[in-house]
Amino acid sequence: MTNEPIPNLVAFDEAALDQAFAALERQARDGASALSSPEAVEAFRLQWLGRKQGLLKDVSDRWLKAASPAAKKPVGERFKVLKALVETLLDAALGAGPSDAALAAEAIDITLPGTRRLTGAEHPITRTLNEIVSVFAALGYSIGVGPEVETDFYNFECMNFPPGHPARDTQDTLVVAGQERRAQRDRLLLRTHTSPVQMRTMEQQPPPVRIVIPGKVHRNDAQDATHSPIFHQVEGLCVDTNITFSDLKGTLDHAMKALFGSSVKTRFFPSFFPFTEPSADVQISCIFCGGKGCRKCKHSGWIELLGCGMVDPAVFAFAAEKQPAYDPKKISGFAFGMGVERIAMMKYGISEIGQFYAGDMRFLSQFA
Amino acid sequence: MKILTNWLRAYLPPLPVDDAQLAEDLTLRGIAVEGIYDLGTGNGSLYEMDITTNRVDAMNHYGIAREAAAIYGVALLPLNTELPKHSPSAKDFSVKIEAEDACGRFTARVLRNITIGDSRDWFPGAEVDTYFKLLEQKKISNAVDATNFAWLAMGQPTHAFDLDKIEGGIIVRRARKGEKLKTLDGIERTLDPEDLVVADHAKPLALAGVMGGWDTMITPDTKNVLVEAAWFEPMAVRRTARRHGLHTDASHRFERGADFAAAPVASAIVSGILLANGGFIEGDLVDVRVPAMEARTAARKPVALALSEVRRILGTTIDKDGITAATVENVLTALGCSLAAQGAHDAAWQVTLPSWRLDIEREIDLIEEVARVYGYNRFANTLPAFGGGVTALPWAQAESAVRDTLRAAGFHEAIASTFCSAAEAALTAPQPGQSVPLGNPLSEEAGMLRPSLVPGMLSMIAGNLHRDVSDVRLFELGTVFSGTTEKVDERPALAFGAVGSLPQQSPLHPARLIEFHDLKGVVEQLLARFQTRAVYFDRFPPEAGLMPAWLHPYRAARVTAEGATVGWFGQLHPAEAAARKLKDPVLVGELYVDRLYKLPLRKPAAREISRFQPVRRDFSLILDESLTWEVIDQTLAALQIPELVEWRVREVFRDKRIGARDYSLLLGVTFQASDRTLREEELQSFHAQVVAAVGKTGARLRT
Repeated sequence: MTNEPIPNLVAFDEAALDQAFAALERQARDGASALSSPEAVEAFRLQWLGRKQGLLKDVSDRWLKAASPAAKKPVGERFKVLKALVETLLDAALGAGPSDAALAAEAIDITLPGTRRLTGAEHPITRTLNEIVSVFAALGYSIGVGPEVETDFYNFECMNFPPGHPARDTQDTLVVAGQERRAQRDRLLLRTHTSPVQMRTMEQQPPPVRIVIPGKVHRNDAQDATHSPIFHQVEGLCVDTNITFSDLKGTLDHAMKALFGSSVKTRFFPSFFPFTEPSADVQISCIFCGGKGCRKCKHSGWIELLGCGMVDPAVFAFAAEKQPAYDPKKISGFAFGMGVERIAMMKYGISEIGQFYAGDMRFLSQFA
Repeated sequence: MKILTNWLRAYLPPLPVDDAQLAEDLTLRGIAVEGIYDLGTGNGSLYEMDITTNRVDAMNHYGIAREAAAIYGVALLPLNTELPKHSPSAKDFSVKIEAEDACGRFTARVLRNITIGDSRDWFPGAEVDTYFKLLEQKKISNAVDATNFAWLAMGQPTHAFDLDKIEGGIIVRRARKGEKLKTLDGIERTLDPEDLVVADHAKPLALAGVMGGWDTMITPDTKNVLVEAAWFEPMAVRRTARRHGLHTDASHRFERGADFAAAPVASAIVSGILLANGGFIEGDLVDVRVPAMEARTAARKPVALALSEVRRILGTTIDKDGITAATVENVLTALGCSLAAQGAHDAAWQVTLPSWRLDIEREIDLIEEVARVYGYNRFANTLPAFGGGVTALPWAQAESAVRDTLRAAGFHEAIASTFCSAAEAALTAPQPGQSVPLGNPLSEEAGMLRPSLVPGMLSMIAGNLHRDVSDVRLFELGTVFSGTTEKVDERPALAFGAVGSLPQQSPLHPARLIEFHDLKGVVEQLLARFQTRAVYFDRFPPEAGLMPAWLHPYRAARVTAEGATVGWFGQLHPAEAAARKLKDPVLVGELYVDRLYKLPLRKPAAREISRFQPVRRDFSLILDESLTWEVIDQTLAALQIPELVEWRVREVFRDKRIGARDYSLLLGVTFQASDRTLREEELQSFHAQVVAAVGKTGARLRT
C-alpha cells in the first residue's frame, strides 16, 4: 500500500502545527474505527508505522527534520503524542477484533428456534420399574428374573394353585398351543404374574433371600383404559428366620414413602392370594388429594396399590423339595407384588394403559 | 354380590355402629364393601360387596352377620328352623348315594298338599318383592323363591322337585353314556359319564349342584314337593359345570366348598316357607351321609395352634399387650371354632374347625383369622435386620450401556406387543419354522409368540407415520421366542427403527432423509461399548438366502462381532414398506443382545496423547464401483505403519464425467509419531507406501 504523501508544512507556528497534527490525528482515528478484519488492522499498522513508507516515518522525515531548531521541540512533542495515539489505536484494534460495524453485519436472528438433537427417552415403564427396584435395592434386595413362558407348575401349582382350583379362574391365562396331551404341570403358558420367580429363586438359593423381581406378564384380558393383556409387575420376596407380618408392613410402608413421598400413609386389608397367608391388599393415602378425597381416589382418600402377604407354608414345602432349609417351622417370609403400569399411570398422569405399548413418539417424547 | 343391611342386622343384636361404620369395619377385616347405597330412613342400606374366592361362607347375609358378630363381640342369633310336626310315613323316601366320591350328603324332605303360587311376605318387616328387586333376584313362585331365599340368607343351594314326576326314589350317581337331560334353561343336554346327576330310578333329574331338570320342575299344578339340600364335592361340580358351560349360583357355591352341616337347616327354611301356604310334611327328613366326606368337612380333626407360633408369624403390634391368649380365644370362638387347651402347654390349643370354613385347615389359616379379626392395621411397622449383600444381574451393566447409547443417539425406548401374526412370524423368524403359536390367542393377528422384535417395531413405526408423526426413532429391548410348543427358548433382543429427516427440524440447515449409514453409525457406537476386536458388516448376494426377507437385499448388513452374528439391519424391503403403506425409506434392525452381553464391556483406558504435530494428507482416488471402502480400509490397515494413525473417507463422489462404472473417493490420512516430529523424508516414504498399496487394489490416483 502506498500512502498519499503528507503535505509539507508551510508554517511552524503553534496554530499551524496544531491544525496539521489534528488532521493526522483525525485521519488515524477514522482509519482505526473502520478496521473490520485482521488484514485491515495489519494494513493500518503498515500505513502508519511501516518502516519504509509509514506515515509516521514520513512525518518524521519531512516535518521534524525540516523544522528549524526552534520549531523542533513543538513538532517533536506533537509527533510523540501522535505516535502514542496511533499505537494506542492499533493496540485497541488488535485487542478488540472486528469493529462493531463489522460485527453488526454478521447479525443473526437469535429468536429462531434452536436446532435440537433428539434425546432418547426412557420408557415410563422402565423408569418406574427402575425406581421401584432401586428403593428395594437400598433395603438389601437383589434383582431376580425368570422366563415369560412358564410351566403350569411354576406359575400355578407351586404357588399353591392346585389343578382345578377356582383361584385359577381369576387369572385368565394365555397358553402355548398343543399342550393338551402333556401332564398338567408341564404345560406351557405365559406367566400371569412374576411370582414363579419366587420359587425359581428359592430352588437355587437357601435362605436368607431378599429378592425383587421386575418383569413382563400376560393375561387373556380384553384391552380397555386400565387393562391390557400385557403388563408389568414387580414382585418381592424376603425369607429369613423371624420375618414377621409387622416386618412386611414396615417394609412396604417404607417403600411407599420412598416412592410417593414421606407424607404418604399406608393401610392394610385382608385379602386372598393362594401363595400367601395371611394375605393383604395395601392402600396408600391418595397422592393427589393427600387423603381428603378427590375424583382420582373415588372420594375415598385411598388408592389400592399392591398385594402382599406372608409366604404360605405350602409354597415353602415346594421349595423344600430342592432346598430343605425352607422349613416353615424354622423360617418365615413375606412376598409382595405390584402392577407397574398402574403406578406409572398414577405418577405421570397417564389415562390410557394402551399408550405404553403404542410406541407413539409424541407420547414417549414427554419422558425425555 | 349385594347385601341388605336390614336383613343382615336381623341376625344380630343391635349393633353400636351405623351402616357406614359397619361397612368400614367389615372391609378392614377382608369382607370388602365396595359401595353403599342408602335406601332411605328405616330401610337400611344396600352393600355392593367383593368377597374373595376363599370366603364362600361369607357370600350370604348370615355369613356376613357372623363376621360382624366376631368384630363387635356380640352373639349371632340362630336361624329359624322351626317346622310343624310331620305326619308319619309308611316308608322313608328312598335316597341312595352311589357316587360316594362326589356327593357327601343328600337330604330329602317330602311335602304334600302344597299350594304353588305367589310368594307371601315371609320376612318380618319386609316384602319379598322389595328385597328380591334390590338383590336383582327374579321372583318366580313361592317354591323357587323359597330356595333362592335360603341361598341368599345362608348360602346353601337347595332344589325343589315336583315329587309326582319322580319315579321310585333318588339316586345320586354318575351319568350314563348317552343319557339326556333337559335342564331348567330349556336346553337338552347329552350327558358325559363323568357328569354327576341326581336321578330317580328311571332317569336323570338334575345336574347335581349345577342346575335342576325341566321335567321335574315346580309348576302351578304341583301338589307334592321334594326338597333337596345336599353337599356335593367341589371338583365334581366344577367339572360338570365346566363341561356344560354353566356357571350358576349353586355351582359357584359348591365349587368353593359348601357347608356340610347346612343341608338340614336350609331344607327347614325352604320347607317352612312352603308350608306357610298350607300342606304338611310327610315322614322324617331323609339324611344320607358319606362318612368319609363328613370326616373331610364337618367332622375334621382339630388343628393344633400355639400362641408362640401366632407371634412368630405376626410380630409386633401397636397395642401394648399385643396378641394374647385371650385375643386368640375370643376371635376364633366368635368365628365358630371351639378351643380346647392343649395338654400341659401354656397358650396352646386344639382347635375344632367350623363346618362352613373349609378354607381353614392348618395352623397358618387360624393365624390369619386372628390377624384378620384383630385388625391388620394394629400391627406395628418394623424393618427386618439384614446381613446379606446385594448382587446385580450379570448383564445389568451391558443392558444399561445399550439403553444409554441408543437414548444418546436420540432413540426413544418403546415396548411392543409380545405377539404377532403367523405371517409376521414367518417373515421375521431368524430360524424358519421355529415360531411358537398360542393355544388361545387374543386375536388372529396376535396368534404367535414373536420370534423377532421387528414386527412390533414396524407396526409402531407405521402407527407413527399414520398419525402424521414423520420423524421416528425407536428402540425396544424385549424377549423373543423360538422353539416348539414342547420347548420354548427365550432370548433378549434389541430392535431399532428410524424414519424421517436429520436434523429433525431446523429452519436454517437443510434436512436430509435418514439413511443406512446413520443407523450403521449407531450400531458402531453400540458395539464400541463392548470389548470387541473384530466387528464386521457383511452383505450377501440375495441368492445366498442368508439375508432376512424383511431387508432390502442391497441396502442391509449382517453385523458380526468376534466371529458371531449379532444381528441385521438396513433399509426395510420396499415390498414390505409398500405393504404397510410406508413411503419414506424405513431403517430397521435387530441385534441379538444375548450374544453381545457375553462380551465384556470396554473398560476405558487413557493413552498418551502425542505432543507432536500431526500431518494430514488427502488422496483423491478413482475406483471401480465394485471396489468397496472395506478393501481400501483393510489395505491401509495391512500396511502396519505405526505413524499412520488415522485414515478415513472424506468424501465420496459420483459423476458421469469420472466414468460410467467409476466413482471418486477422497481419502484423508493422518501421520503422527508419539516421540518426534516427522521428517519430510519419512512423510514421503509413508506417502509412497500409501499410494502403492492403494494402487494395488486397482484404485487410481486422480491427477
